[in-house]
Parts: sequence; structure tokens; C-alpha cells
Amino acid sequence: MSNWLLRNVTILGAAPTDLHLADGVIAEVGRGLATGGAQVFDAAGLVALPGLVDLHTHLREPGREDAETVASGTLAAALGGFTAVHAMANTDPAADTAGVVEQVWRLGRDAGHCDVFPVGAVTVRRRGEQLAELGAMADSAARVRVFSDDGHCVDDAVLMRRALEYVKAFDGVVAQHAQEPRLTHAAQMNEGVVSARLGLTGWPAVAEESVIARDCLLAGHVGSRLHVCHVSTAGSVEILRWAKAKGIRVTAEVTPHHLLLTDDLVTGYDPVYKVNPPLRTAGDVAALRAALADGTIDAVATDHAPHSLEDKETEWGAAAFGMLGLETALGVVAEAMVSTGLLDWAGVADRMAVRPARIGRLDGQGGPLEPGAPANVVLLDPAATVTVDPGSLASRSRNTPYAGMTLPTRVVATFLRGRPTVLDGKPAESGGPGGGR
Amino acid sequence: MMRHLLSAGDLSRDEALLVLDTAAEMARVAAAPVKKLPTLRGRTVVNLFFEDSTRTRTSFELAAKRLSADVINFSAKGSAVSKGEGLKDTALTLEAMGADAVVIRHAMSGAPHRLAGWVRGSVVNAGDGTHEHPTQALLDAFTMRSRLGRLEGLQVTLVGDILHSRVARSNVLLLRTLGAEVTLVAPPTLIPVGVEDWPAQVSYDFDRVLPKSDVVMMLRVQRERMGAVYFPSVREYSRRYGLDAARMAMLPPESVVMHPGPMNRGMEIAAEVADSPRSTIVEQVTNGVSVRMAVLYLLLGGAMGGASE
Ligand SMILES: [Zn+2]
Repeated sequence: MSNWLLRNVTILGAAPTDLHLADGVIAEVGRGLATGGAQVFDAAGLVALPGLVDLHTHLREPGREDAETVASGTLAAALGGFTAVHAMANTDPAADTAGVVEQVWRLGRDAGHCDVFPVGAVTVRRRGEQLAELGAMADSAARVRVFSDDGHCVDDAVLMRRALEYVKAFDGVVAQHAQEPRLTHAAQMNEGVVSARLGLTGWPAVAEESVIARDCLLAGHVGSRLHVCHVSTAGSVEILRWAKAKGIRVTAEVTPHHLLLTDDLVTGYDPVYKVNPPLRTAGDVAALRAALADGTIDAVATDHAPHSLEDKETEWGAAAFGMLGLETALGVVAEAMVSTGLLDWAGVADRMAVRPARIGRLDGQGGPLEPGAPANVVLLDPAATVTVDPGSLASRSRNTPYAGMTLPTRVVATFLRGRPTVLDGKPAESGGPGGGR
Repeated sequence: MMRHLLSAGDLSRDEALLVLDTAAEMARVAAAPVKKLPTLRGRTVVNLFFEDSTRTRTSFELAAKRLSADVINFSAKGSAVSKGEGLKDTALTLEAMGADAVVIRHAMSGAPHRLAGWVRGSVVNAGDGTHEHPTQALLDAFTMRSRLGRLEGLQVTLVGDILHSRVARSNVLLLRTLGAEVTLVAPPTLIPVGVEDWPAQVSYDFDRVLPKSDVVMMLRVQRERMGAVYFPSVREYSRRYGLDAARMAMLPPESVVMHPGPMNRGMEIAAEVADSPRSTIVEQVTNGVSVRMAVLYLLLGGAMGGASE
């Protein structure tokens, strides 16, 4: 078993201390710990956070291994500081049976870069017609707790109600991709002044907000848990705030790109900025940041969406929706939230590890960094910067909207149950299966 | 002069006027017995049409040939380009052919912008999706100027499907640059959300705008919009927003009626209006060739002179 002593690390902004990781757990925390047989890692100046947990990752396997595989995507995750990702169900075939979710879960375990928690489809083939076997997926080895037809909205109100009710039996949650389909037919970008100028079909904010409002009311009515994927508008924030104040059990996530980028980037028609939900306005970005800061939005989730070159080197209208996110998430959050003073590192840990783990009902992820807890840790250098180079990403795809941007902080090391998956910002040598959960 | 013509908004006032003045020179060439200039001899102009438009393609073809350029018509429709990746491959092919200019018509907004990133030659946007059609706006401005003698201060009313009209977008941008005042008239469903950012007034009442319009430009309304409930019926559309003889009579005496074509006679424009002396529709076609000659000439930096050889 690996045995590491992280010297003089700063935990959530407190005074420097030592962190001893042994036998997969945090063995000791304290100043001047004895070295014993541990490998010593000089972590002076580095900040330790619980390993990050992503609620929304597209790993593309099975079906689009040219764009990403479980192995490449989870390596990208580890390099981004993640120790767990939720693999979205829109694979081919869709993750709508126990067989598929177990396959994805095993692929993740074999790759060993981070834990993979498959998300189960809500409906058969994500068609929005008939419930998938949610219970079988929950009871499978993959132990699915998050269900989503992501990419598609469960827009049928009755089906959504039933799904919300049904998953109560195993404390599951329905993660809704909120997009009213009729209002977004052929939509290409945020509907507003930029879409009017560019002549691209608009994706109005109301198409997201109306679904969120309906789902909050449904969740309140049946007393279920609802999670809202990739919230992108100021209006959605207002609805979530209202719903939470009413005691409705709703949680929500925001992507890094919706915290930083705006729809005027579409002006050059480069599909690297094409994403669903679309990039919105500066006013939306400000509202999303404020909501993440005050906790109305619970979590940052990447919506990491790898796409092959052929699917992006096209006309805007022909290009696929989605952008990479795992390897840049922490830097973008540092830029949008930490540099601006909206969140401190404890806040980042809460929104990127603690709360996502809680929403996914993951034991052993999301901290705390205390003796006895699983040793899932990310070390970051808050003083460093990284200039994003698409060619050096671990993802199989290159569709990052941050190419050439310099972002604050650098992930130095990631430990998964005490074993380094990343050291000095590079994949750790050991690799191999992680085992257990 | 710039390298590409992608948007009418990219033209400064001086550049736009240079195009119009050059087009006037080209029109004189067209009137001469030998309608050909040697200025682009040895240069290659590719007409890359992903969408059928015989009139626009022919206009560009004639313009390029009158400048003695070699013209290749690359009709991409029906070939292996229904999927998007075709554009990149096509761009590489055009590079290999040594195209000096590519005139592109495409059903998707922004396709010319993408192409401009992949080829070394000049790209001319000949209509992209619901975005722009800058040479149409230039020929419209040229037509207005030759009919009315000025552009500064002209009251121009664009009527019809503003939401989906590339002609409207280019005209709004160019006319503002040239000092005209634009009013958009349409049912509210066919006005884009975000129009408040445009340098134009918006009205839903055609009859109120008519008496102060120096120019009325009628835009084609596609019948397929009917399925998307933009308006209740063709008849109601025509009644509220069509230009018939009675409405034409409300115009000031000198006013002109324009249409970029192709027309839906009886829907947005009545036959007697289209064929009236106020109508510039035939001139627009003629002027289109002169304006496109000017654009190709200026983009490719052809040498003026020898005009009458
Ligand atoms: Zn989604």
C-alpha cells in the first residue's frame, strides 16, 4: 500500500500542517509528523482540497471512443484534480440498463485514474417515452444514484413526475437537462442581441427556466429530490432561490464555462464555443457566480463533452454541442470565483467536492480531510498559472474553449485513496487498478 | 480594401462608397460595346454554391468573366457535403486549385467566416443562412443612389421576414454606415429578439410608415414559415404586410419599390406594383453585376485602366 507524507500543506486556508496518507486513508494530520516509512512530498505553498467530484462528465464510451474513452477521460479528470466523476448516460448504447452501467463502472475501475459513477438514463434509450429499469441500475455493482437523460430533457410532465417519485425508493435523484424542446427547435445559441446579429436560431432563457420551474413544483409536490444540470441563466437562479426558500429538495450545478464565457464569443462562428445550454450574457454570468457563492447553486460540474475534430471543424450549424472541461475546471473556477473574492478555497472544496459527493450519495468522496477519511486529496498551487495548450491535454479531443488562455492555479498532485494518480502535474507512474470504492 | 467581404458591417463608409463608385465605373464598361476588362486576367474565381441560387451565381459569374477572371462553378449541392465536414475538405480542394477568390453561398450562417479561416484567397459572402448577403446590400444601395441621387438621410423601409432575412441584416448595417434611416416593418413574430441593438426603427404598422418612406424594400416571405406559426395565413399576411396598388399610392411621389427577388407575386408584392415604374427590380439585377465586379476588382486588387480597349 502506498504511504505518503505531505509536508507543510495548507488545508482549506488554515496554517500549514502535515498530512499522512496510509492504507488508503488519512492516517494523521498535524505539524511535524514523523516520516516513518512514508515517501515525503514537500507541499509547502500548496493547498489541499478533498479530491474533486464531477457530477456531469461525458466519457463517450461505449460508442464514441474516437472522441474519448473511460481511460482517457478519467486521466483528464485526475489531471484536473478529480477523484470521482459521474459518467453521463448518453453513450451508444445509452446507459439505460444494469449491463451498460456496470460495463462503464468496470472500465473506470480498471483504468484506475479516478472513481467512475455511471449515471443511469431515466428513460429507455433516452427517448422520453418509458422509464428505464432504474431499480436494476441502482442495485447493480455500479450502485447508480443519479439518473439523467442528459442531452435530452425529460419534458413529459407525467414521466418526470413518475421518475422523481420512483427513485425515492433508493434515495436516487433525477438530474434534469432543462430544455423545453419546442422552444429550442434547431436552436444554435443564446437568443438575444448576438443571435439577432449573427442570424443564428435562438435558444431562449425561458426554455430552461420554464422546465426548472415546473420540475421544482413537481419535486415539491411529490417530496422528491431534483437536481438541475448546467444552470445557465439569471432567471433560473431566481427560480432555484425561490424553490429552496420553499423547502423544495432541489440542488443545482453550474459549469465552469457558464461562469466565465459569454455569447459574444460566438461572433466568429467558431464551434469551439458551441455548447448546450449555450453561452449566455454577462448578466447571466454575474448571477451564476453570485448564486454559486451564496449556495443557491450547489456545485460546479464540468459537462466535459469531448468531440472529434470532424464534429467541430465544420460550419457552426453542423457542429456538435459541447466543450472539454475536466482539465481546466479548477483554473476556471479559480479565475471566476477565487480571484474575484467570491469563494475561498473552503468554498471551492464545498462546491467542487463536498456537495457534489453528497448529491451523488457517494461515501468515501468529498472529504473531510480528517484522520480516518479516505485519502482522496488534490494538491494545488494557488500561486502558479497554466496556459491552456489543447495539444497537451489528456483528453482524446481538443475542443477546449480556453486555448491560449492563462488560468490561475495548477493541479500539482491528486491522490486516490492514498495512491497518487497525478504527481507534479503529470500522470503518476504507478497507474493500475484502484480497486474498492 | 479588406481581404474578405463577409459582412456588410465590416465596410467603413469610405470603403462602401469606394465600392459604389467603382461599381459606377463598371456600369460604364457594361454599356460599352466590348463589355470586358482585362484586370483579373490569370486570376481564378470560384463560385462555391451550397444552395441553389441561379440568379446570384450567374451574377457573380458574369462579373468575374467581365473582369477576365477564370471562373470555376463549384456546385456543392448534391455532392458529399450535406454533412458539415464537407466544407473543410472543399476548402482544401480550393486551396489546391489556387483560387484567388471564393464566392460562397451556404444555408448555414457563418459558413463564409469558417471558410475564410481555411483558405488563403479572398472570401466573398454571397448569402449565408439567415445571416448576411453583403453584395445584395451594396447593389441595393447602388440602386437607391442612382434612382434617388443620394443615400444620406434617405428613409428606407424594409418589410417582411426580418427574422430570417440575410438581406435585411446586410441592408440595416450598410445603410446605417451610409447615413440612411432604416425602419423595419413586420409582424412581431418575424422581428428577432435582440433587434433593439440594431440601428433601425421597428414598426408593426405598414400604413403609418409608407407616407414617409423614400424606399420600400419588400422581402420574400417563405411559405414554409407557415408551419411554424409565424402568422395565421398567407391571406392575412398579405393584407397586413403586402404591398399592393392601394398602399403604393400612399408613398411619396419620388419613392421607389425594391425587392431582392425571387418574388412571391400576390403575397408580399402585387404584380402591378412589381411591374410599376417605381419598381427597381430589373435595375437591381443589372446593378448586381456592376457591384459584384467592383467587389471582386477591389478585393483582388486588380489594376484599373485599359477600360476601353
Ligand atoms: Zn445537458
